[in-house]
Amino acid sequence: MNEPGHPRAPGRAIDMTHGAGGKAGEQLIGSIFRKHFSNPFLDQGDDGAALGEVAGRLVMTTDGHVVAPLFFPGGDIGRLAVAGTVNDLAVMGAVPRFLTASFILEEGFPIDDLERIVISMAATAREAGAQIVAGDTKVVERGKADGVFIALTGLGVAPDAVAPSGSKARPGDAILVSGTMGDHGVAILSKRENLDFETEIVSDCQPLADLAQAMFAVVPGIRVMRDPTRGGLAATLNEIAHQSGVGMALIEAEIPIDPGVAAACELLGLDPLNIANEGKLLAICSAEDAERLLDAMRRHPRGRRAAIIGRVVEDRALLVTMRTAFGGSRVVDWIAGEQLPRIC
Amino acid sequence: MKYVTEYRDAGLAKTVAGAIVREADAGRQYHFMEFCGGHTHAIFRYGVQDLMPKNVHFVHGPGCPVCVLPVNRIDDAVELAERHGVILCSYGDMMRVPGTKQRSLIRAKADGADIRLVYSTLDALKIARENPDRQVVFFAIGFETTTPPSAVALKMAKAEGLANFTLFCNHVLTPPAIGHILESPEVRELGVVKIDGFLGPSHVSSVIGSDPYAWFAEEFRKPVVIAGFEPLDVMQSTLMLIRQVNEGRHEVENEYTRVVTRQGNLKAQTLVAEVFELRQSFEWRGLGTVPYSALRIREAFAEFDAEKRFALTPKQAREVKSCECPSILRGVKKPTDCKLFGTTCTPENPIGSCMVSSEGACAAYWTYGRFRDGQPRVAEAAE
Repeated sequence: MNEPGHPRAPGRAIDMTHGAGGKAGEQLIGSIFRKHFSNPFLDQGDDGAALGEVAGRLVMTTDGHVVAPLFFPGGDIGRLAVAGTVNDLAVMGAVPRFLTASFILEEGFPIDDLERIVISMAATAREAGAQIVAGDTKVVERGKADGVFIALTGLGVAPDAVAPSGSKARPGDAILVSGTMGDHGVAILSKRENLDFETEIVSDCQPLADLAQAMFAVVPGIRVMRDPTRGGLAATLNEIAHQSGVGMALIEAEIPIDPGVAAACELLGLDPLNIANEGKLLAICSAEDAERLLDAMRRHPRGRRAAIIGRVVEDRALLVTMRTAFGGSRVVDWIAGEQLPRIC
Repeated sequence: MKYVTEYRDAGLAKTVAGAIVREADAGRQYHFMEFCGGHTHAIFRYGVQDLMPKNVHFVHGPGCPVCVLPVNRIDDAVELAERHGVILCSYGDMMRVPGTKQRSLIRAKADGADIRLVYSTLDALKIARENPDRQVVFFAIGFETTTPPSAVALKMAKAEGLANFTLFCNHVLTPPAIGHILESPEVRELGVVKIDGFLGPSHVSSVIGSDPYAWFAEEFRKPVVIAGFEPLDVMQSTLMLIRQVNEGRHEVENEYTRVVTRQGNLKAQTLVAEVFELRQSFEWRGLGTVPYSALRIREAFAEFDAEKRFALTPKQAREVKSCECPSILRGVKKPTDCKLFGTTCTPENPIGSCMVSSEGACAAYWTYGRFRDGQPRVAEAAE
């Protein structure tokens, strides 16, 4: 059904017929999804994609996306969905290969916006070296969703030598981040209703598989790798502390934070360490490997501002603590309650 | 961030810390109450206590607007949203404060009440304009700092004839609360709470000035130093208090001169006086009923007074008995003295108001300072 010159889906907005299993839906799939996602697997046009044999250890993940607004400085829900899914594979040491995408569309959603999102997804998937091989579209009545929700499943392949896990942090290990913290959450906030402050903060939303691969190439024994999304660096470190049964000691002055993000957080009473990132990696490795890993990160375009921000310590209380830039110390805690809903 | 980072400078902190160690008399203990939750927050967030000698203690005061609101006022807000079907606009901190039977605004919202989180009174006015067929109530809380924006909102509503907007006024006043603490038997007679001086409010004082503190510095012979909210402000002000104590002085001094004057912001004061007047008494959580310690809306703005527009039922508010918030707010107990602290009461599941707001003593202890219960080992670990 993907013949050239396929007529464009009728109308400028999604209506209920686009999800009814009839011709309108097929036209939408042809003129938008198949057109931009085209690859040999998707183009088979069958109910599932036959992927053939894949060599290596399979890693699989799934991720739903409900961000508001759909378009924000530095990205959109499409780029976010692909990057988010790919990054979950990347931090497992996997090379992302295949993605499936499920769209929940709200009646009345502009088709032009959908196409923008799909083009962005296709571009981000290419950037990450992955293919979108299957998809699904459902339409719900106006008011039953908010524009578009996208759920992705990702499949990647990891070499046997690489097996990072949140349970592998050991006292003495170094903690590294690939760049500035809190950019995505503050970029979203800046676009939100009721928060009309002017800021040029751009989301860091990006696929990180190439950076992760560059890091594993230099230090295959990276013990833990994570992407600190919702809850920010603080939540991710607390999770790892609990998984590994250790404490963490951070040095605030070493944690990279964009001055604009710091200023916005100051204004809103937020802590950048609690705010979501969508294009940053956190890694924990042995102290001996730390400098080499840092060097590899800084040489990669997605890790220029990488830094060693602290180390893993023994602590039966499993606390993440921090030497403040002021010279005191404090706990770095999970955030309580909902700080920023629908951030990704 | 210009004008902020200068006040968080580690090098200067060391210098002031050195002066404090030199000047604090090792033979005596110093207990200073920081009235404001903003100071409590700064002390814990930046780890100011780590830079103090062991004989300098901070006693956490009741200056956290969310913490001092009595349970029945929270129950009133829940009632407004649930029984009167209004759009209730609230600052975020209020959302999670538990009322009677742990019922909070966030739970009422989950059950279908229309409660909106706003960042300013202007947001609430905007919501009122956009929903002309709905009643919109702004849940106004806070000390003298948040009162002028409420006054502005009422004046704008009146000028626009915004008939569907009202304000549920819970604004309280700082000086009567400090006076009340100093007059309490725990401080005056029993000596349970030792207070050698006060770190005076910073933002509040930018509005009311430093003069209103003069009488109790004199009456109670306690030094007051108006302190900014940055960690260096806290340290410098502590040094100034130590000097006053050492020299037997009890004066109002102003460390926060970059913002606070003796008279304060006269324009804001006039605005507030035009819209609000003193309540004869108001109940504070922890302090009980304090005479002339809160504001209500003047008759001229009565049409925008939620308490007048909606018939609120009298409340039989119930506190959780084992919750020590009331004693903690008076400085009588520390968060760690409470049996619920960190067990059933955590920021995720707060039982008392002090665990909700980031300015509450319990939340600050738990979120930033709970390693102090054991061995503070971060300093050496991070090196």
